[in-house]
Amino acid sequence: MYRAHVLICGGTGCTSSGSVAIQETLAKQLKEKGLEEEVKIVQTGCFGLCALGPVMIVYPEGTFYSRVTPEDVEEIVEEHLLKGRIVERLVYSDTQEENATETSLNDTTFYKKQKRVALRNCGVINPEVIDEYIGEGGYQALGKVLTEMTPEEVIKTILDSGLRGRGGGGFPTGLKWKLAAGNQADQKYVCCNADEGDPGAFMDRSVLEGDPHVVLEAMAIAGYAIGASQGYIYVRAEYPIAVHRLEIAIKQAREYGLLGKNIFDTGFDFDIDIRLGAGAFVCGEETALMTSIEGNRGEPRPRPPYPAVKGLFGKPTILNNVETYANIPQIILNGADWFASMGTEKSKGTKVFALGGKINNTGLVEVPMGTTLREVIEEIGGGIPNGKKFKAAQTGGPSGGCIPAEHLDIPIDYDNLISIGSMMGSGGLIVMDEDNCMVDIAKFFLEFTVDESCGKCTPCRVGTRRLLEILEKITSGKGTMEDIDRLEELAAYIKANSLCGLGQTAPNPVLSTLRYFKDEYIAHVVDKKCPAGVCKDLLQYTIIEDKCKGCSACSRKCPVGAISGEIKSPFVIDQNKCIKCGACIETCKFGAIEKK
Amino acid sequence: MKSLAELAAIRDKMKNSVAMRDGASGIRVVVGMATCGIAAGARPVLNTLVEEVAKENLSDKVTVTQTGCIGICQYEPVVEVYEEGKDKVTYVKMDVDKAKEVVEQHLKGGKVVAKYTIGK
Repeated sequence: MYRAHVLICGGTGCTSSGSVAIQETLAKQLKEKGLEEEVKIVQTGCFGLCALGPVMIVYPEGTFYSRVTPEDVEEIVEEHLLKGRIVERLVYSDTQEENATETSLNDTTFYKKQKRVALRNCGVINPEVIDEYIGEGGYQALGKVLTEMTPEEVIKTILDSGLRGRGGGGFPTGLKWKLAAGNQADQKYVCCNADEGDPGAFMDRSVLEGDPHVVLEAMAIAGYAIGASQGYIYVRAEYPIAVHRLEIAIKQAREYGLLGKNIFDTGFDFDIDIRLGAGAFVCGEETALMTSIEGNRGEPRPRPPYPAVKGLFGKPTILNNVETYANIPQIILNGADWFASMGTEKSKGTKVFALGGKINNTGLVEVPMGTTLREVIEEIGGGIPNGKKFKAAQTGGPSGGCIPAEHLDIPIDYDNLISIGSMMGSGGLIVMDEDNCMVDIAKFFLEFTVDESCGKCTPCRVGTRRLLEILEKITSGKGTMEDIDRLEELAAYIKANSLCGLGQTAPNPVLSTLRYFKDEYIAHVVDKKCPAGVCKDLLQYTIIEDKCKGCSACSRKCPVGAISGEIKSPFVIDQNKCIKCGACIETCKFGAIEKK
Repeated sequence: MKSLAELAAIRDKMKNSVAMRDGASGIRVVVGMATCGIAAGARPVLNTLVEEVAKENLSDKVTVTQTGCIGICQYEPVVEVYEEGKDKVTYVKMDVDKAKEVVEQHLKGGKVVAKYTIGK
């Protein structure tokens, strides 16, 4: 028996900030101090506070250490594990309260407001040990459906729970299953969409890295419900840790007979294979994803027929997102009513958001549907750094839109977000402050969709490029008011005529910024100014004569030699040579350079 | 694995192990593990408590944890038992056998082992 467990995050975020070295040092230290029989090291998935990585939790106290370095490890072993004295200087506390005394992670504002369903095991169990998953109730739901429930009862439970697809569309999951179950075929398939492509969203990766068995269990349940014996997980090759842990999980589940033939001696067969995606955004679209699994170039095809009728290899198929699956075993075990008791009228349960951009607690949070954006950003997210002012929150990635401050108190659910011109998407939430230019943001997302358009249909292939060109014209100060009208007209055409979701939603970032921040577009066109000071072509760096001491620091720093002058008299920037890199402004100690 | 019973067996076996991570539960047993405590033999006491609690399937209600020096070094090893709504119980000069007795009588049976407490 171990008297203490040290949980070290092995998610992608903490791995890149050095958690592997921490784990190695800790193992060495425990051995030296003769504690290896008493203290257990557990590598887990993501805890959610990625900005504070590498993170470590010590149980039974639940002490949460953040930004741990290998040098800190000895102190933690010596003080905490040996003598029971918590190393206060490494304990995480919420940014809002100074001298906060919470030592347990569960007491922090970041965690208190969260309700973890899909992420319940992430950061708690070792994802590479199937016994730990079973210890937390894993595979009980599969046992329950196979021995106590008919496929119809399973589908009814999912329908009654009100679970909707977490990948972005929000289609009722139970209905999807029901449609596929109703179609007769010699073979059906269960697919998992783990091709998480939205910039800034990483909840699916976290589930796969922190709790891979939950996806396997849910897919087997889905297989039983619709009558399928084969599943495929389509996961990005850019997620090596997730792929590795999935491979381990599948192998362990097969060894335990939880995948394969005659599961729990009920005659039910189900197996799962992994297919790696090469990172094309369009392959997150369901028909393109299935085309890719079949071994063809990932391009969408028209619907109908829907996958429930004619999907993978022409057979009835269901395709759900990772986060959707992560909810299934809990719904089976706790009942549809339990799940439906969380959330709003039309959006039940919880949603995971990946917080990014100008926010203190960058990371993953899971909240009940109906939580307001303000709670997520200001309370859980810890607000905006450096005392800057909130400008907008971007949800739904390249398919979504920007939500301005006036809508911060709207309860988050599928329908509310659509009504204010954005969408849930997969749950990326990028916070922007006064330093972000909204035209530039629209341009950023358009660049992404132009790159990722598969080229099969003209509205998307050509239309998005033309949209981007108009935006580039505006940000370079050559736009006219007619261009703004043209943006709106073209956007409407692209939305109405594109083949798949990628094109149909690609103009959303433009439309939503036009809706809420038209004044910024007009400033670019009429005044030839970028109010946030982002668009380089509309900026000018000048030296204020009165403030310049003539120290020459800026001219020495300037990479293109655009600054000249005599020592001890004001310097001048040659506007023809200036590339607007901003190096001078960072160098000047006297605040003598202004950007306008 | 062919049956639900085998799944349940793994679950029960693992439950005591993962229960520690569900956060502090009902009764908290704290062992003084400062230099004085360790020198007086607190580590075997701590490890015994952990093992016995698991063996008796008490992990759901009892959390064994450690702390620094309580300030009564001459009485080490010191074990304190905190329970919601009850007075704190302080056991002193503990050893492995006494620890087993405390688990059996106090943690399991709910009866304070008065002869090992600080008042005696």
